[in-house]
Amino acid sequence: MSLKKHIIDLRKRREKVQMGGGEKAIEKQVAMGKMTARSRILALLDRDSFTEYDLFAEHEARDFGMDKKQLHGDGVIIGTGTIYGAPVCIFAQDFTVAGGSLGLMHARKITKIMDHALKMRVPLIGINDSGGARIQEGVNSLAGYGEIFYRNTLASGVIPQISVILGPCAGGAVYSPALTDFVFVVDNISKMFITGPSVIKTVLGEEISMEDLGGARVHAEITGNAHFFAESEQECFDQIKKLMTFIPWSNRQKSKLFPPKEPKFKGKIDDIIPSDPKKPYDVRDVIRAIVDDSDFFEIQELFAANIVIGFGRMNGQTVGFVANQPLVLAGVLDCDSSDKAARFIRYCNAFNIPIITLEDMPGYLPGIDQEHAGVIRHGAKVLYAYSEANVPKITVILRKAYGGGYIAMNSRHLGADFMFAWPTAEIAVMGPEGAANIIFKKEIEEAEDPEAMRALKVEEYIEKFANPYVAAAKGYIDSVIEPQETRELLLHAIEVSANKEDARPYKKHGIPPF
Amino acid sequence: MEESKKELVDFQVLSRKYKTQLTRKFNMRKPYVAPNPKEVRSYIPGTVVKINVKKGQKVKEGSSILVLEAMKMMNQIAMPFDGKIKEIYVKEGGRIPKDFLMIEIE
Repeated sequence: MSLKKHIIDLRKRREKVQMGGGEKAIEKQVAMGKMTARSRILALLDRDSFTEYDLFAEHEARDFGMDKKQLHGDGVIIGTGTIYGAPVCIFAQDFTVAGGSLGLMHARKITKIMDHALKMRVPLIGINDSGGARIQEGVNSLAGYGEIFYRNTLASGVIPQISVILGPCAGGAVYSPALTDFVFVVDNISKMFITGPSVIKTVLGEEISMEDLGGARVHAEITGNAHFFAESEQECFDQIKKLMTFIPWSNRQKSKLFPPKEPKFKGKIDDIIPSDPKKPYDVRDVIRAIVDDSDFFEIQELFAANIVIGFGRMNGQTVGFVANQPLVLAGVLDCDSSDKAARFIRYCNAFNIPIITLEDMPGYLPGIDQEHAGVIRHGAKVLYAYSEANVPKITVILRKAYGGGYIAMNSRHLGADFMFAWPTAEIAVMGPEGAANIIFKKEIEEAEDPEAMRALKVEEYIEKFANPYVAAAKGYIDSVIEPQETRELLLHAIEVSANKEDARPYKKHGIPPF
Repeated sequence: MEESKKELVDFQVLSRKYKTQLTRKFNMRKPYVAPNPKEVRSYIPGTVVKINVKKGQKVKEGSSILVLEAMKMMNQIAMPFDGKIKEIYVKEGGRIPKDFLMIEIE
């Protein structure tokens, strides 16, 4: 054969395999409103940047007639490419090939690209669209999953790992995304569950649709398994690309610096917060008033909305925001919001991202359901995560900082580097009404008009204690600041802490209250 | 998103009432019901394969009152204390959800 013939032969082979499961299967995939695995990769990565590996991989299964079945690429595409010029490793399961089922070679391809990502210290993106284990391959398929989970865990906190659920992801398969940093879901396309509706119906007699059991909205709003919710695959890819601009390639790197931009927010930051501490506002307006270009990239927007987390930039540098949200459930800490905040704090710490905490919270959510759901161990995660974090940690107390909440929200006592408070801050062991009721119990009871006395004593308590000056007098607050000074002081604090060193005692690892 | 459409309600945290929005998950909470020791409820969903007692029968603590098959296991449901079977709410072969009232004791 001449060289030219060899090249033509190669091209023919490529073309054939790149068709995945063939025209009919592709038509079916499109009819379900889904893109193909290959078109997804191409849509996500920079133009012409994708290089594929293991295109010609073939499975070696022999049982149940598998020896006669050729599965192109064994149902998964792997390779490398770039997003905004930054290198990434990527795999995408191909549902058109045997339903994207995971056999041994399929798993080998995934673990190969995972090993590559970890060795090269570049982010890993996995696109999941699979019917699950390839039953014909039996325990080999289980081995494949296990080897993926193992690598997910090794890579955790070393390189960013992103999971994109663009189809079914059921049974054991769900645990790879669950072990990664960020999970993206798309409405009507993503389905995640351990046991599906049919098993639930057979075993329990309970009927539920796939969408209501484990659809995108459920995971974005109820379970918290997903971090980003999109209406379409394209919107999802845009979200991934945007996320990539905020995070570093690995835990040894810093996020890319962008040109500084003043906030677009015009007006007075003072006007955002109502003076009545019982009235709500959207804390995201405060973030937008202080962050570069007023561009706040929120994470888990729909889940546990009583706390807000996400990335923004301060003078071009990525920072993580954690903020109580008085607009939802009065901004209380509860099981879900604690989990959400704690995990994000640990993410920021693992990847060298300074944390800014905006505090306005009345305490923990009271209730039997919360106590029984373990609000003690969940709440402890926040304390653990803040205490453990040794990236620059800055807190601004906007309004309420009561009781355990004051301690938990990155207080000085948990190692905050900078503690700022607005003059509206109320730092106290509990809300003024509660405190007055206890401290002045006798006076109130013995007064001729107990209600009038109670009101008087509440006022007295507010004046004396529900302010930032008691904490400032003890050095727990570094500076009581005017709201409009906030951005400048935060920029300064981040600048000052650029070379922060905070060595911790040696340990293999801690025992966080998982 | 839909958040902005939600209305503000009174929400009590300790001694103070705040104006705030509620979440779907918060509204989905199940109210707490104190357990009644006289009610034998299923701790797992499954199928009642055998009922070993009759209505009105006196049963000693620890003896098996029924067998609940769940997750491929035959679970013996034992009498929690000496007593009399007041009512049986399940049938052999019946499939029941979790926390289903199976037997009442007096």
